[in-house]
Amino acid sequence: MKDFKHISVRRMTKRFGEKTALHEFSLDFDKGEFVTFLGPSGCGKSTALNCITGLIPISSGEIYIDDECIDDSRDKIAPEKREFGMVFQNYALFPHLSVFDNVAFGLRLRKHTKKSVREKVDTALRLVHLEGYGSKFPAQMSGGEQQRVAIARCIVLEPRLLLLDEPLSNLDAKLRVELRYELKALHERLRVTTIYVTHDQTEALALSDRIVVMRAGKIQQVGTPEEVFSDPANLFVADFMGFKNMWKAKLESLSQSPGHLDAVVKTAGGSLRARLRYPEGDPRRSALVAAHASGKPVVTAIRPEDILLRAQEGMNTLGCTATLVEYQGQQSQVSACFDASGPEGAADRIDFRSAERVEEGRGLQLGVAPDRLLLFPELETAATTVEEGSP
Amino acid sequence: MSSASKSGTKVLLAPAIAFLVLLFLYPFAYGLYLSFTKADGAATFSNYLRFFKDPWDFRTIWTTLWISVPITFINVGLAIPFAYYMRRGMKGEKTITFFLIVPITLGAVLISEGMLSYMGPRGWLNQFLMAIGLVREPVRFTHNYLGVVISLGLSGFPYAFLMLLGYVSGINPDLEKAGQMLGASRLQTFWKILFPLMVPGIAIAFCLNFVMAFSVFPSAVLLGQPSGPTRVIAIAAYQWAFEKFNFNAASAISMIMAAIELIVITLVLVWRGRMYKGASIVGKG
Amino acid sequence: MRSKLKLSNVLFAAAMVVYVANVLGILFTVILNSISKDWFRGVFPRIFTGDWYRYVSRDHDIGNLMFVTFTVAILDVVIALIISFPAAYALARKEFRGKGLLLSLFLLPMIVPPMAYGIPLAMLCYKFHLAARLSGVILVNLVPIVPFMILILMPFIEQVGTNLESAAVMLGARRTTIFRKILVPLTVPGILTAGILSIVKTISMFDLTYLVAGGNTQTIVVALYADAYAAGARPPQAVDALAVIYFLTAMICLLVALKFVSPTQMVFKLK
Repeated sequence: MKDFKHISVRRMTKRFGEKTALHEFSLDFDKGEFVTFLGPSGCGKSTALNCITGLIPISSGEIYIDDECIDDSRDKIAPEKREFGMVFQNYALFPHLSVFDNVAFGLRLRKHTKKSVREKVDTALRLVHLEGYGSKFPAQMSGGEQQRVAIARCIVLEPRLLLLDEPLSNLDAKLRVELRYELKALHERLRVTTIYVTHDQTEALALSDRIVVMRAGKIQQVGTPEEVFSDPANLFVADFMGFKNMWKAKLESLSQSPGHLDAVVKTAGGSLRARLRYPEGDPRRSALVAAHASGKPVVTAIRPEDILLRAQEGMNTLGCTATLVEYQGQQSQVSACFDASGPEGAADRIDFRSAERVEEGRGLQLGVAPDRLLLFPELETAATTVEEGSP
Repeated sequence: MSSASKSGTKVLLAPAIAFLVLLFLYPFAYGLYLSFTKADGAATFSNYLRFFKDPWDFRTIWTTLWISVPITFINVGLAIPFAYYMRRGMKGEKTITFFLIVPITLGAVLISEGMLSYMGPRGWLNQFLMAIGLVREPVRFTHNYLGVVISLGLSGFPYAFLMLLGYVSGINPDLEKAGQMLGASRLQTFWKILFPLMVPGIAIAFCLNFVMAFSVFPSAVLLGQPSGPTRVIAIAAYQWAFEKFNFNAASAISMIMAAIELIVITLVLVWRGRMYKGASIVGKG
Repeated sequence: MRSKLKLSNVLFAAAMVVYVANVLGILFTVILNSISKDWFRGVFPRIFTGDWYRYVSRDHDIGNLMFVTFTVAILDVVIALIISFPAAYALARKEFRGKGLLLSLFLLPMIVPPMAYGIPLAMLCYKFHLAARLSGVILVNLVPIVPFMILILMPFIEQVGTNLESAAVMLGARRTTIFRKILVPLTVPGILTAGILSIVKTISMFDLTYLVAGGNTQTIVVALYADAYAAGARPPQAVDALAVIYFLTAMICLLVALKFVSPTQMVFKLK
C-alpha cells in the first residue's frame, strides 16, 4: 500500500444529463486531515464523495494523489484498486456473512494468512468496542453496532483515505452522539485521512479539521470549524451555521480602514453600527463596498447568543417587544419584534437567548456589539439542486 | 386480538378456504383415495405396482426427468447472468420485457403449433441456417426431443428471468459498492456477495421452472413423439384417465408426479438451506 | 465519455436478438401460413388467400368458441375476485396463528402443476355431472386464478395504510361503509391489475380446460390443440388460421392489460 502526503481534487465537475450536480469542485488536503463536506440535501456533497471514490465517473477535472493522477475524467483507476475505505449511510453489511467474515472480507481478498486475518479482525473489533461479536450476524445487531462493524471492516485494511457518507443519519440521537465521540477518538488514534459527509453542523464542528460548506453543487466556503462558525463567507453559510436575525438593511455609510470596515445600516430596528474585520483583499470586503456603491440592500446576520438582554456601553440598542418565549431549561429562546417598522415595512423578527426570565409582551432594550453584527449582500437564488449523487 | 375481529377474519377467509378445500384439497384427497383403490372400492396397491412394473409407463419418469431437468438448469442458469446484467434497469427494458412476456401469455399450445411450421424442415429457421452455411441439411427441430425442450426453453426462460430480475433488483445496491471499495473485482463481487444473496430466488425459480417443465403436456404431444422418446408422465396419466377410463390408475400416476416434484423441490430447498446460512433479510438498509 | 462496447453488452444484445427473432419468427410463420397457399419452399408464400379463414369458420363455430372463452374468463375473474378480495384483506391486515401455513396452502394451487391435481379434479367434475358443461370449465379454471389474485391483491391492500381506516372509524364510519367507500376505491388499481391479468391467464390456460371440456364447451386454445393434434384431419393452414384467431384474441387482451400493468407484474415475483 503506497503511502502519500497530499490529495488534490482539481475542478471536478459532474453532470447528470442537463443538470450539473457538482461545479468545479477543487480541494487540496493532507494526509491525516479530517475534512467534512457539509451542506443541505441536494448540495452535491455525496456526489463529490462518490466521485472521489471512483464509484461514479466524473465529467471533467482531475484527482491527484501526490503526483499520480487517479482520475482525469477519461481514464481512472478503478475504485477497488484505490485502497480507499467507505462507510455507507445504511451500513451495507453483507447479510449472509457473520461479523467476523464481514470484517475479514477485504483481508481474504488480499490473501492474508488465516492467522493474520484472525489477528487483524480481532484488533479491529476491539478498536470499535465489539470484541466477542464475531459470530453474530448483521440482522441480530442494532444500527449503532452495525455501523461499527462497517467501520471496522474498513479500517482493518488500513486504507489510504476513509470516506463516510452520512454514517450517523440512520441512528437515533443518543447513539449519534456516542458514535460521533467514538469516531473522533478513532481518528485521533489512527490518524487516517478522512472525508466525512453530513448535513449536521454539530457533527461537522466536532469532528473536522476543515469544513467544506456546499450549496447547489458549488463550494461556499472552506475553513476550520472556527472560521466557518464565526467568520462565514456568505449569507448561506451564516444561515447554515446558525446565524439568525437576518434583516433587510440599507447601507447608509461605509468607511474603510486597513484591517476593517465600519458600516452604518438602517433596519427595522433603527440605525445600527457594524464593524467587520475584513482586511484588504478579502472578497467579502469588496462585495460590501460594491453593494454600497450600487445602493443595493444588504442583509444582517447575528447569532442569537450575541444579542444581550441589556445593551451595554458601545453596543447597538434594539428597542423591541417580546412576542414568544420558549423555555429550554438553562436558557429560554425568545422572539421579539421591533417597535418601529423597517425600510420595507416588513415585520422583522429578533431571535435571542436569555438566561433570565422574560415575559411575553415585555418591552426590551436589547444590545448587540458592532463586531458581532455581520452584513452580507443578498444571496442569489441557488441553481436547481440535484438529487444527492449516487452511482 | 378481540373476539370480534377474530370472527371477522374468519368470515373474510371463509370463501377462500371453502374454495381451497372443495376445489383443491378435496380433489387431491379424492385422487389419493382413488389411487389406492380399485374400481369397486377395494383397497389396493395395484395401481402403483402396475405403473412401476410396466416399462412402457415406468419409463415416462425418466423420459420426463430427462426432458425437464436439463432445460430447467439451462433456463435458470441463463437467467442468472441476464438478471444480473439488467439489475439496475436499462434502456428498452420495457420492450425487452414485453417480448419475454409474449410466449408466456400465448401459452404452450400456440408456441408448439407455431414451431411446427417455423422450425420445420422447410421453415424459416432451417432456411436461415442453411443460407448462412451453418448446416447443410435441415435440422430436425420438430417431432423430437429437441423440439419439446426448445419450447420449454422459450416459455420457461422468461419466467425464470423475470422472477430473478425482480429478486436481484431488491438487493441493496450499496452492497456491491461496499464490495468494490473493499477491493473486490466485478467477478468477486458477483460470486461472494450477489450470488449468495440470490440463492433463495434461484431456488424458487428452479422449483417453479422444474414443476412447469415436468408436467409438460401439449408440447410433448404436438412437438414431440408422444409414443416414443417424448412420452411424458402427463401423457401416461391422461391416457389412463381418458382413453382407458381407469381413473384409479390415472390418479396413481398423478400422485407419483406430485411425489417426484416434491422430492426435487425438497432437494433444491436443502441445497438452498446449506448455501445461505445467514440472515434472510436482504432488503435495503 | 467514450462509448463502451463491452463484451457483456454485445453478448446480451445478441442473445436478445436471437430470442426475439425466434419468437417473432414463430408468430409470423403462423400468420403467413394462415393466409397463403402453396408455400412449400422459399422465404415467402406465393399465393395469398383468405380461404383458410372461411374454412375455419365453417369447420368451427367461432362464435361459440369466443363465447365460451370470454364467458369463462370473465365469470372466473368475477367469482375469483369475490373470493380473493376478502381473503387478501385478511391476510394483508390481520395476524393470526397459522397465517404462514394458510398462505402456503393458498400458494399450492399455483405451484402444483395442473396435471397433478387436474385429473382428480376432472374426475370429480364428471362425477357431479359438471364436465363438458360451462360450469365445469368455470370451476376448474378457478383453481389457479384465486391464489394468483390473492397474491396480487395483497400488496395493493397493504399499500392502503391502516391509519386511513382508523381515521374513518374515528369519524364514525361502519365497517361496511369503510369497505365500500375507502378500501375498494383505493384498491381499484389492484383489482384492475388482478382482474386483467387473470383474464389473460385464463384465455391461455390449456391443461385444466382440456380435461373437462366437451364438444361445445371448448375454449379457443383447446380447440386449437384438438385441431393440431388431429393433424391429418385438416390442412395445416387451417389449423394456423385458428391459431391466428387465438393469437389475436390473446394478444389484444395482453395489450389492453399492459395499458394498466407493467410487464414485470405479469409474472408473479417471489421474494
